[in-house]
Amino acid sequence: MPSGYFDCRDSFSHTLEALAEADERIVTVVSDSVGSSKLVNFGKRFPRRQINVGIAEQTVVAVGAGLANGGKVPFVSAASCFLTGRALEQIKADIAYSNVNVKLIGQSSGIAYGELGPTHHSIEDMAWLRLLTNLTIIVPADPWQTEAAIRAAAAHDGPVFVRVSRMPVPALERTNPRFEIGKAETLVEGEDLTIIANGTMVHRAVAAARGLAVEGISARVVNMATMAPLDEAAILASAATGAIVTVEEHNVRGGLGGAVAEFVSTHHPVPMRILGFDGFQPTGTVESLMELAGLTVEGITRAARQVLLKKVQ
Amino acid sequence: MVYEAQLGHPGGDFSSADLLASLYFGVLRFDPKVPNDPRRDRFVMSKGHCTGAFYSALAGAGFFSEDLLDTYMQPMSRLNGHPNRNYLPGVETNTGPLGHGLPVAVGIAIAGQIDGADFRTFVLTGDGEQQEGSNWEAGLTAGHRRLENLTMIIDRNRLQQGARTEDTAGLDPLDDKWRAFGWQVEIIDGHDCQQIYDVLSASPKGRGKPLCVIANTVKGKGVSFMNDNVAWHHGVPNQEQYEQAMRELV
Ligand SMILES: Cc1ncc(C[n+]2csc(CCOP(=O)(O)OP(=O)(O)O)c2C)c(N)n1
Ligand SMILES: [Mg+2]
Repeated sequence: MPSGYFDCRDSFSHTLEALAEADERIVTVVSDSVGSSKLVNFGKRFPRRQINVGIAEQTVVAVGAGLANGGKVPFVSAASCFLTGRALEQIKADIAYSNVNVKLIGQSSGIAYGELGPTHHSIEDMAWLRLLTNLTIIVPADPWQTEAAIRAAAAHDGPVFVRVSRMPVPALERTNPRFEIGKAETLVEGEDLTIIANGTMVHRAVAAARGLAVEGISARVVNMATMAPLDEAAILASAATGAIVTVEEHNVRGGLGGAVAEFVSTHHPVPMRILGFDGFQPTGTVESLMELAGLTVEGITRAARQVLLKKVQ
Repeated sequence: MVYEAQLGHPGGDFSSADLLASLYFGVLRFDPKVPNDPRRDRFVMSKGHCTGAFYSALAGAGFFSEDLLDTYMQPMSRLNGHPNRNYLPGVETNTGPLGHGLPVAVGIAIAGQIDGADFRTFVLTGDGEQQEGSNWEAGLTAGHRRLENLTMIIDRNRLQQGARTEDTAGLDPLDDKWRAFGWQVEIIDGHDCQQIYDVLSASPKGRGKPLCVIANTVKGKGVSFMNDNVAWHHGVPNQEQYEQAMRELV
């Protein structure tokens, strides 16, 4: 890992251990996903509070629902691709529709499993989940926000999905570090357009905005860390800049870009560019796949220039 | 391959290597030049993470050139970390998520049963993989339909990703479970090629049941420091370990 970069799974597990010390109801529920969730230490410290159901994602989610019924606060943690894809109906019926107090942690989300291919890429998960009533979805952007998201999830009475990445990210600079479910944060002020990003893409969006500023383009950067419920006021304010670029480590359909487009097209139509992955990806390293999709500082910069050409003056 | 790619699942590659070798160089009937021949025996690699062993077998069997193995998991390679039938001949279905192979194999076997076809269908699953409920759903259907043209081989290395199977969600007695589902069960040494060949090549005609072969294996077989060591489920040897492994394997 490059220096100054962090694996947000560490923030997840450290925060959860701290919370579990204070709240005996907290348990972890895993499906042979202890190591990949960084929950080895949790299991050592609280052996009776770690339930490993084996390689059985449908069961791990449903058992979580049962544990909540029994008064526990379960954190169900597994690779996001299997947790969401394999157990989608359990998430829908047992968690969201039943509206129970279960926390789902989708680990190593996005394109992080690069070379392992589309079965292991989790770039459809937001599209699948964001339609589920009652389910809060958080996509933290850095270690601080991951900790804040885990704390908020524990404090929230109801189902929450937190999308955690294993891709190293730097800690973002913030003047006013505050996290609240459903509230986006503006990291860079700007007037000419708004870049709305979340997760691992936020630091790239910030870097792109800094570069655009040198060109005389004033780009606002909004970190839309809560995917559901959406911060509609922040989207309206973004639309008021006259152009929007969305950036996500996800399929271009159905994710953050889709959510923003649904809202602005009915409330305040403006030209948009949606950056993400267009369908199943070929074999490649994480960075090579990012480059292919234009999910780089250069790619975001290019998209910003393009959307400005479409902007109605 | 794993060393070159700096990625892979060597433990499970080595536990299934003798099973794959016996299948591709003895049991399965196929013509690599006509990979879609409807009469071919089908093999489904359900433990799709073990492409190091699977791709080696496919290349050795003539489905593609061994040179291609050098591109394992490189950007834009056809040798993706998990097998993709749209990239490579010889791959019947894309795997990677565990617990998909048996249900697909059941479908193939039912198609063969409907047509009165002669081909057989084999599927190789991990033992940890048996924890996925989809296996048991498909197993019920296979038993119910008496799919004697279907054989499931379980790579019983007793380790999964993070621990021993029996310390996670125990499977034993695995043989009794499959018998109760209407399968014939044979237990063999999964590193004894004669035993593997004998049990897999015996004619299924008249058996009236699907066959489950529990192959007792050793994860990381053949390399002393990987032998039965869960740390090598996935992992990459350093140069020294690589050289030692190559010495031990030849
Ligand atoms: C549905 C699903 N869940 C989790 C994984 C992650 N995973 C890959 S291999 C593995 C362990 C497999 O153990 P086993 O089936 O015993 O295989 P082997 O020991 O032969 O490697 C796990 C959990 C996966 N590939 N698919
Ligand atoms: Mg195993």
